This record gives sequence, C-alpha cells and structure tokens, in this order.
Amino acid sequence: MTRLFERWAVDPGLVLAILLLSLFGIAVIYSAGVVHIPNPVSQNAWIRQSLWFVLALVIFTVLSRVPLRWIEWVAVPSYVMSVVLLAVTLVIGTGAGTAVGVKSWIRIGGFGFQPAEVAKIATILVLARLLSTRTEGPASLRDIVAPASLVVLPLALVMLQPDLGTAMAFVGILFAMLYWAGTPVALLLLVASPVAGLILSFDTVIWSWYIVGVVGFLYFYRYRLFLFESVTVVLANFAAGTISRPLWNSLKPYQQNRILVFLDPEVDPRGAGYQIIQSKVAIGSGGLLGKGFTLGTQKRFDFLPEQHTDFIFSVVGEELGFLGTALAILAFGYVLSRLIRMAQDSPDPFAGLVLLGIFGAWLVHIFVNVGMTVGLVPITGIPLPFVSYGGTFLLMSWVAVAIAVRVAHER
Amino acid sequence: MKVFHPHARRVRAQGAWAGLILFVAVLLGAFFRVQVLGSSAWALRAESNRLRQLPVPAPRGTIYDRNGEIMADNVPGYAITLLPGPPDSIRATLNRMSRYLPLSEARIDALVAELRRYGTEVVVDADADFQVVSALEERRSEFPDVYIEMRPRRRYLAGVATSHVLGYVGEITADELASESFPRPRYVQGMVVGKTGIEKQYESRLQGEQGLRYVEVDARGRIVGDFSGITADPARPGEDMRLNLDLELQRYIDRIFPDSMAGAVVALDPADGGVLALYSAPSFDANALVGGVDPTFWRALNNDPLKPQYNRPVLGLYAPASTWKLASAAIALDLGVVRPDETMPVPCNGSMYWGNRLWRCHRREGHGYNNLSQAIANSCDVYFYQLGVRVGLDRMLQRATDIGFSRQCGIDLPQENKGIFPADRNFWVETPWFGYQPQEGEVLSLAIGQGPNSQTPLKMAQFYVALARDGSAPPPALAQGIELGEGWSLNLAPEHLKALRDGLRSVTSPGGTAHFAGTLEHWEVLGKTGTGQNPQSLQGLAADHAWFAAIAGPFDAAPEVVVVVLVEHGESGSRVAAPIATKTADYYLRKKHGIPQDSIQTLGEWVQTRGWPAWYRERFRGGG
Repeated sequence: MTRLFERWAVDPGLVLAILLLSLFGIAVIYSAGVVHIPNPVSQNAWIRQSLWFVLALVIFTVLSRVPLRWIEWVAVPSYVMSVVLLAVTLVIGTGAGTAVGVKSWIRIGGFGFQPAEVAKIATILVLARLLSTRTEGPASLRDIVAPASLVVLPLALVMLQPDLGTAMAFVGILFAMLYWAGTPVALLLLVASPVAGLILSFDTVIWSWYIVGVVGFLYFYRYRLFLFESVTVVLANFAAGTISRPLWNSLKPYQQNRILVFLDPEVDPRGAGYQIIQSKVAIGSGGLLGKGFTLGTQKRFDFLPEQHTDFIFSVVGEELGFLGTALAILAFGYVLSRLIRMAQDSPDPFAGLVLLGIFGAWLVHIFVNVGMTVGLVPITGIPLPFVSYGGTFLLMSWVAVAIAVRVAHER
Repeated sequence: MKVFHPHARRVRAQGAWAGLILFVAVLLGAFFRVQVLGSSAWALRAESNRLRQLPVPAPRGTIYDRNGEIMADNVPGYAITLLPGPPDSIRATLNRMSRYLPLSEARIDALVAELRRYGTEVVVDADADFQVVSALEERRSEFPDVYIEMRPRRRYLAGVATSHVLGYVGEITADELASESFPRPRYVQGMVVGKTGIEKQYESRLQGEQGLRYVEVDARGRIVGDFSGITADPARPGEDMRLNLDLELQRYIDRIFPDSMAGAVVALDPADGGVLALYSAPSFDANALVGGVDPTFWRALNNDPLKPQYNRPVLGLYAPASTWKLASAAIALDLGVVRPDETMPVPCNGSMYWGNRLWRCHRREGHGYNNLSQAIANSCDVYFYQLGVRVGLDRMLQRATDIGFSRQCGIDLPQENKGIFPADRNFWVETPWFGYQPQEGEVLSLAIGQGPNSQTPLKMAQFYVALARDGSAPPPALAQGIELGEGWSLNLAPEHLKALRDGLRSVTSPGGTAHFAGTLEHWEVLGKTGTGQNPQSLQGLAADHAWFAAIAGPFDAAPEVVVVVLVEHGESGSRVAAPIATKTADYYLRKKHGIPQDSIQTLGEWVQTRGWPAWYRERFRGGG
C-alpha cells in the first residue's frame, strides 16, 4: 500500500502534503457553506470542489508519467497559445461571482476557465527553457531583458483584466527563476528598487535618503555593472519618485481606499476597511484553539467576505485558531521547502528552474492571500493554492504538482 | 554548467531556504500577534458584531381594590420592533410591512423620524394582533430587521366601570420623554407609560425597571436568536398597588347609572376619606386604548358630544344648588346669626321680597314657618334667603373661601379642578362674565347654592364627609397607605352639627323631599337633593342638573359611607340622582355587613313593585 502510493505519487512527501492540504481545503469550503441562512450554491461548493479534486488527481496521475521531453516540447506552443488566449479574454472574457467587472474567464458552453492560470505554467516552462540554455547566470540588466520580456507580456495582459493578484504571481515567477538561474541578489534588488522608490517617494526626506542609498550602493557595486545600467537604475528610481503623485491621482477612489485602509482599516470601517476588519475580527476571535469546526460566528452570520475563496483562511483562523493557521502555514512551508530541495537535488537546469518557478508563484499566492487576511498586505483578489474554492485553479495547481514531480524525478 | 553545478545549487538553495524561513516566520508572527496576543480584543469585537442589546419590558404593577380584587393586571401581548438601520432600508421594510398591518404613510414617516432621532430600535406596534405576528414570522427573510417579542399588555378587568379613575397606558411620546417627569435612563423610547388616572398618578411606582437581553444578529442585522452566553438582566416588575376603591361597587354603579346620561358618582369612606367609588358617565373601555388605538374608535370617542373621556367627578364643575345650603347653614351657625330652633321672621309663601326684587322659592305653595332642620328638609329657599342676608355677602364670601370651596380636595389623581367661589367682591368686577360691582343681594343666590359657585361632585362629597364626621374631612385618597395634604375643618360646634344632621335626616323622613328615594331597609340615610341650574336649563333647552348627597350607615352608629351623585340634566335630584346614591350606599353597606346584595331597592321601588314593606310600618309605626 505504501509502496503503491510512493509509486503513484512519485514524490511521496510533497504529494502527501498537498493531498492533505486539498482535503483540508474541501473541509474548510464545507464549513464556509454552513451559515445561518443556507444558500444552495455555497452549501454545495464543497461537493463541486471534491469533483474537481478527483479530476485533478486523474490529471496528476497521467501528467506525472509523460516523458520530460514532451513537457519541454509543449512549453513554447502553450506559451504562445496562452498569450493569445489572454488577449482574447480581454475581448470576450467575463467575470465571475463578486468580481463581475473583471474579464478573467473564458466560457465555452457551460464550462469556464481562467487562461491566466494556464499562462502561469506556460510562462514557467518557457522561461525555464530560455534560462536553462545559459551556462552563466544573468550578470547585468541586459541579460535580464529577454526573460523579463517573456514574463511581462502575459503579466501586462493579466493586469489589463485587471487581476493584480495573478499579475503579482508572475513577478514571483520571474524573480524566483532569475534567482535560480544565477542572477546575483544585488542585481535583483536593483531591478526591484524603482518599486521601493515609488512607495518611498510619498515622503520627500525619506525618498532623498533612499536615492542617496541607491547611488551609494551602485558606487560600491560599480565593477559588476556597466555605467549605463547604473544610470538606468538611478533614472528609473527618479522616474518612479516623480510619477508617484500623478500615478496616485490616476487611481480610482476605490483603489486609493484599498491602499489607505491597508495603512489603517479604521478610516473606513463600513466601506473599504470592512473586509479587512471583519477578517481580522474573525481570525483574532478564533484565539489559540478556535471556535470549533463550522462554528465560527463571523462566518456563520455573514460578516466575513468571500469566505469560500479569497478569505477562506479567515475561516481557518476563526474556527481552528492559531493552532490551525500555524499548522496550515507550516504545511505550506513544507511544500515550498520540498520544491527547493527537489531543485537542489535535480542536476537538470530545466527541472530546477521549473521547480523554482512553481515555488515563486505559490510563494506569492500564499503570502498575499494569507497575509491580507491579517492585514499584512493590501487586499488583493488572489486564491490560496489547494484550499480556496475554484476549479481551474485547483486543477492547474495539481498540474503544477505533476510537472514538479515529473521534472524532479527524471533520471 | 557552472551555475547548475551541485555546489552552486546548494548555495542558492540555502538562500531560498533563508527566504522561506523568513516568509514562514513573518506569517506565523502575524497570526500569533492577532490570534494569541490580541485575541481578547478581537473576541470582544466579534461579540459586539453579532450581539445586540434589546430591552425587556417590565410588567407594570398590579392594581388591587380594597378587597384584594384585581382591577388592572398584565396579559401577554406582542410588540413588533424595528432595529436601527439606514433610513431608506427602514422605510422599505415598513412599506413592505404595511401589507400585513395598518401603517399609514404618516405613521411610517413618524417612525423613520423617530429612528433617526434616537438611533435605537423603534416599536412599530406595541400591541400587535396574533395574525399579524404570524404573518410576519412566516416571512422572516423579508423582514430582516424586525424583532417580535412578547411583552406584557395592560388589562383592565372592569373595563368601562373604572376607565376614568384607573386611566390607561400608552406608548411614551416624544414630548413626555423630553419632560422631567420621565427621566432617562429609566424611561426610553418605546416604553408604555400611564397616560391618565391612577396609571399616571402612580406611574413611577407602577412602572418597573426594564431589563436587558442579548440577541444574535447577522451582518445585515437579521436577528438569529437569543444569545445565552451573557446573563441577561431581567426586568424588575413594577410595584403592586392597593386602592381604596371597591371594584364590585364600581361595576354596580356602572350597571345602575342610566344609559345615555352623563354624570358622576363619588363614594367616600367617612372614616378615613378613602375613595370607595369614583365613576364618570358616559364611560368608555380603557382596554381599547391600550397599545395601538383604532383611529375610528379614537375619533368617535373625541367627537362624542357627551365627552366620554371627561372625568366628571373631579373635573366637572356644576352649580351645587341645594346641596350647598348645608354650607350656608354651617356658616350661619358658626357665626351665630341663626339658632337651630329659631324660625325666620318672614314665612315662606312661595317667594319673598328683598331689595325691590321678588325672590322665589322652588315651591310655589310655600313652606310656612321653618326652623333650620325643617328648612333643610323642605329645601326652603325663602328661609335660606333670610339666612344669607343675616350672614351678609362679605362674610359669606370670606367664610366659604376659608372653608375651602375654591380649593382642590387634594385627591391623588393627576388632574382635579378646584371649586369656583368668589373670594371677595372683586370677583364680580374682574370676571368678564359679570363685570359689575356686586350688590348685597348676590348673597341670596349664593345662600341657596346658585350664583358664581361651581363645585365638583368630589368637592361636595368631601363636604358631606365633614358633615358625617365631626366637621372635618380628610383629603379623599384613592391609594391605600399614602399621605395626602391636610384636610378640611368646618369649625362647627357639636350641637350645630347635630342640627344640620337632623335636617338631613328629615329630608329622607316621611314628608321630606327624598323620602321615597332615600329610605332603605337596613340603613339610616341622611341626604340632600339639589337641582342645579345650568346655561342650557336657564334657556329652557335642557333640564336642570340633578344632585343628591347621601350619608348612610347602620342605625344609631357612625355613618359609614358618603355618596354624592350628579346627573347632568337629570331634572330632579330626588327622582334621578337620589336612587343612584342610596342604592350605591346600600350595595356598599350590605357587602360590608354581609347582607345579600340581590334585593337592593329604594322604598319607592319597593312600594311600586311589592306594596308597603313590613319594615317600613315597623320603623315609622305603621305610618304611610
């Protein structure tokens, strides 16, 4: 029995942890449907999620057994196809649930799926192919242009939907894979520095010191970079600082509110701050041991927003307490650590890059989703892998698992 | 393959590990902070999210009569309450609700305004029908913010018989809430308070203390159920009260008082001034005014020309007429201007001349020479004209005012009219109605109870209590065990008092004005009739008001009850008012002394139906 599982799972540790997380997710989705005024849709969500889970297991079984070369081969066509699909989505896409205004779904007949989920895996594969051909890691900004472009294309299309959460996953993919491809951390920080410049520019004094710091860093780092690259970094930081004000003004009020309530939810407790406050109330009132499975009052009486999808972790926090949230976070930590370990053990550059790409995507998903429920990051609509309700996402997450175990265990 | 050399991979894996550990540590730290360190504050917020305080109405104190019979108690009723929310959604809910219970546009506006003003829940219907309640309960999801609770409903067991004296309760108004009589936090919007009568007078005693309960609500304010986690603060019921009233006596009076006539009946206990009965006709059912009032009923009540809500025994002012002759006599005796046994120089031949004017007696044939008690028995106007002249206008005004005929009795009711009696001659000058300097002749009118002299039936009853006692009368008290202000004293010598009582006794004796109506089988009755002129009767539009004052009790013992009856436009005191008074006294005394109350009849009724009774021949030595 154990042998059989090991043969099926290919990587028993990783797959067992993810199996448990998926079952845990179904249980929490069930609990999320237990409310005082039952609603057939949310009440039966766990059944639909279970069916998707079974389908995901079948696909995992098949996909974890295809030759690695097939996966390498499918990278480019799937990337091209998903970019096209993302472009098409912007035209014919529809929203779903509470995010009706967002064009992220393609519906064919009664069946709908999110091209962005496919695009994430395709981007990982195509980026892995590109980066695995190099013998040296990217050492300069110029070396980063090509891989970055491959990511920015789908990222931009996803941003236009607009789906900020998924777009952030692409950023995670890019940075994790560049890191594994051997890019120096300092260079990655320089690439990210304009974002910091943008944020810090809201205070002139802090921003001035920040620019001084960037210039100083570049001075000590100068032997690694070309002059024009250093100039580019400084200019980018200047530009970020300059456009911050117009950028802020161009944001829609609700977007500004989201950022403002992130800093202090109580400025608008009934409006923009409502979700984060109610989520924190749910999680905080759960305490150490929680209120008990299905017994959360915040959830039961509709105070929690989006409790099946984006805020499912609030249900975990309320009903299972710190014990539940800590165990879940540690389980995700184990899954991510397995990916690192597999990448370390895999001699194939393509395999390692794919594993780190998946690592980057999941890290962003977990950190943003879990972090927003306690106010660690601003609220962004982004699901929690294996736990949040959603068919395409569960399926594609399992596809990623299949690819991960496949590439890692190719000998 | 330098970057993917095993050593290079291990170095990068260690970097990734460091990042992962930081990531897990940050998340665990954040959750530890919220769930373990800050848990109690968040738990409190979760509670306040879903818990709402709702008041638990306290039952009002029960009102008992002197025999321990319940006069007013509480029965379960239903109140429909609306929880606070945005005005628009409240309005929408009310509009939807108006399909199931009568809610006018104006009422909805008022409720929305109330909700805006107080920001607390509002009572839509303090006394909802069970059908309405079940209709709303069936559609709970349509009425998310509606809360239906059981609350005590006031019930008056004697209904119409006690409406005026007990009063009734209703929801507190905005004006009442703003007044000092209803201090916060004890009184809040939506409470039921006494509006009139005893209910208002003893509001602070009868009203209990509201309790608190907690209910669970969801994010949209829908009530999910009672919350058992926090011990609710139970309501403390109001204080029970015992009154001097006799419930059965009130009922009996309501039964015998002529239908379609207006008037008042007051029965006092001369021993302590306790009010045995206080009845006003026509009456209405106070139960119909509890909770929501039916608008058509309310309109009919207020448009009735007989003014059923007017509490006549304490508010109605009537010319006391001949019942006031006893006051004239008391003043004259006290001043020493007449002696009980002396007769007036001018005999009554139906009228007398005084001051170039003919003053008529009510009896055209005249009464001849009368002493004081004969004059009282005959109610001889000519005698009292001369008595008045002897007293003199100034002394009459001063003494009657001193006795208290322009004061209140001080009964424990929220409203009581004081008697109207001129304090001095300026009264005529200052009153627009008169506007002239009075002549001495005014004293002749005053002496027979006419002129600018208006008294409430209660005031006259208090005066007769003084005659029944030693000349003093305590304030009439409705509640037992309370201290009211000081009473009255007529300052009469015992022999003068005896002379007055002798006069009253001869009124009901053979040949007296009220012999047939004022003679009872078991009790001695002293009485005085009165026929009060009023604006309508002076114009010949209606009959005079009929008065009768009775002092009754066992033979050769202290009087035990004083009854004053006024029947508006009842024409004759002896025919209409006297039987009500004597039968009321008879009922009370029979009950007190354990004699069956099913055969109450005045002598007149007895003679008409059964011939002369044996006890009559025995008492009056075969006379009649």
